[in-house]
Amino acid sequence: MASLVPCPHCGARPKEEFTVKGAAQVRPAPDTDKKSWVDYVYLRENPRGRYEEFWHHTSGCRRWLVVIRDTATHEIESSCDAAFAGQTDART
Amino acid sequence: MKRHGTNPIRYSALSILFNGLRGNQAWTPAWRQPEPKPHYDVIIVGGGGHGLATAYYLAKEFGITNVAVLEKSYIGSGNVGRNTTIIRSNYLLPGNNPFYELSLKLWEGLEQDFNFNAMVSQRGVLNLFHSDGQRDAYTRRGNAMRLHGVDADLLDREAVRKRLPFLDFDNARFPIYGGLLQKRGGTVRHDAVAWGYARGADMRGVDIIQNCEVTGIRRENGIVTGVETTRGFIGCGKLGLSAAGNSSRVAEMAGLKLPIESHVLQAFVSEGLKPFIDCVVTFGAGHFYISQSDKGGLVFGGDLDGYNSYAQRGNLATVEHVAEEGKALIPSLSRVRMLRSWGGIMDMSMDGSPIIDRTHLDNLYLNAGWCYGGFKATPASGFCFAHLLAKGTSHDTTRQMRLDRFERGYLIDENGQGAQPNVH
Ligand SMILES: Cc1cc2nc3c(=O)[nH]c(=O)nc-3n(C[C@H](O)[C@H](O)[C@H](O)COP(=O)(O)OP(=O)(O)OC[C@H]3O[C@@H](n4cnc5c(N)ncnc54)[C@H](O)[C@@H]3O)c2cc1C
Ligand SMILES: [Zn+2]
Repeated sequence: MASLVPCPHCGARPKEEFTVKGAAQVRPAPDTDKKSWVDYVYLRENPRGRYEEFWHHTSGCRRWLVVIRDTATHEIESSCDAAFAGQTDART
Repeated sequence: MKRHGTNPIRYSALSILFNGLRGNQAWTPAWRQPEPKPHYDVIIVGGGGHGLATAYYLAKEFGITNVAVLEKSYIGSGNVGRNTTIIRSNYLLPGNNPFYELSLKLWEGLEQDFNFNAMVSQRGVLNLFHSDGQRDAYTRRGNAMRLHGVDADLLDREAVRKRLPFLDFDNARFPIYGGLLQKRGGTVRHDAVAWGYARGADMRGVDIIQNCEVTGIRRENGIVTGVETTRGFIGCGKLGLSAAGNSSRVAEMAGLKLPIESHVLQAFVSEGLKPFIDCVVTFGAGHFYISQSDKGGLVFGGDLDGYNSYAQRGNLATVEHVAEEGKALIPSLSRVRMLRSWGGIMDMSMDGSPIIDRTHLDNLYLNAGWCYGGFKATPASGFCFAHLLAKGTSHDTTRQMRLDRFERGYLIDENGQGAQPNVH
């Protein structure tokens, strides 16, 4: 793993300040069918390569981030605040 | 039995003496290096412990010998050669316990069964507890084990002290209250397990094909007809996936999305020391465990690094954390030098328990989700997967290890942690 994770609010910070949640999936609507919920809760693409995941900057700004990372090389491509996923972009 | 190539050596005290006198130049390979045949009755993807054990039991117990094990690298290059070699059956839940106990029973007879020294050592596994609540939890687990006919002993603080006087019993934050001991648990020489099963399977006609990566699964009319590999197409009657750590990648070739994430776990070995720890000890307050190999090195490990990974290496922060936990438990470790560390990629399933089941395709079978506890499962996993492949029905002990248990709501969640693989 890269030892520094870029935070759009705090800059590059040590990985140990963060908590990893896992796959940055879109939560289905509450009344959607069971299959979508099973998919969301239990099934994972688990790619070897580019992966979007939720990281929490627990010992920093305490914001949830979407970090794009490669699961084979561990290189981080970019990160952004989860609230603005796909809108802001903090490059390393 | 028809054989191709050289005959395997039968190991005995005499053969060691004989070969020793000849300067150890006369040993022959323990298994063949066959070219793939165009078609097999059964193909197993993955030459780890589970894949090799499956092939062994298919041939030995179920009479199916037209079998190939396809391994992308060399056998033993995966987790079977990277784990910390602990075996035990101290599970709480009825969906798990009988299976792991079957495995422990198979370990107990394994060396005679495949005539190979796997250094099975039932030196005991001791899980320490550090609070009243944890004592209750371990008492419950011990009782559950006993109800399943598995040995379990609850040790109080003084009994633990007698055995392991060098532990820090009065750690201010996590004092040791006692431990749950499974005397029949212990360690096994992991590489020898791969080699013993490989040799036993090969002897019975199984082709072990190394440097053969499966890159695609060919399907016609809803059934599997064979696999695309780096050594060409190979046809099969039945296909068993046993690609620990890479299960998602392989299953995807058949359009199957799994309840699995791949994570990295590290392990560590110290310089060789005189006999020091005579059992396996786990620290109940964090996730640290340790034993001593027959060469004298301390073998220890801790938690997952926490992020999804396909790289067989971990992060320095975890190294530091594991070392700190070790020192909190055994203060005298502070002056021991660490020799090596490495990582392995494991299938972390969504409830921490494995899957041995059929799939949406009639002749495609899945063996996956072994998390960090799959080494101890090797014999039973191989036996039960062979049973499923041969008979088409689950072995009694794997009835709950179904792929559809997640959508049905019948999880086997030993730790009660939910669908969050990085904290199992
Ligand atoms: C550091 C560490 C410590 C551990 N400690 C313990 C322990 O103390 N006790 C315990 O019970 N368990 C432990 N485990 C877990 C255990 O090692 C695994 O659960 C178990 O070994 C997995 O089964 P396997 O042996 O078949 O896996 P592997 O040996 O990984 O076999 C899978 C094989 O599939 C091959 N493969 C993958 N994709 C393809 C493809 N496309 N084509 C062909 N081949 C392919 C791989 O190369 C690999 O050889 C530990 C794991 C690690 C990493
Ligand atoms: Zn921040």
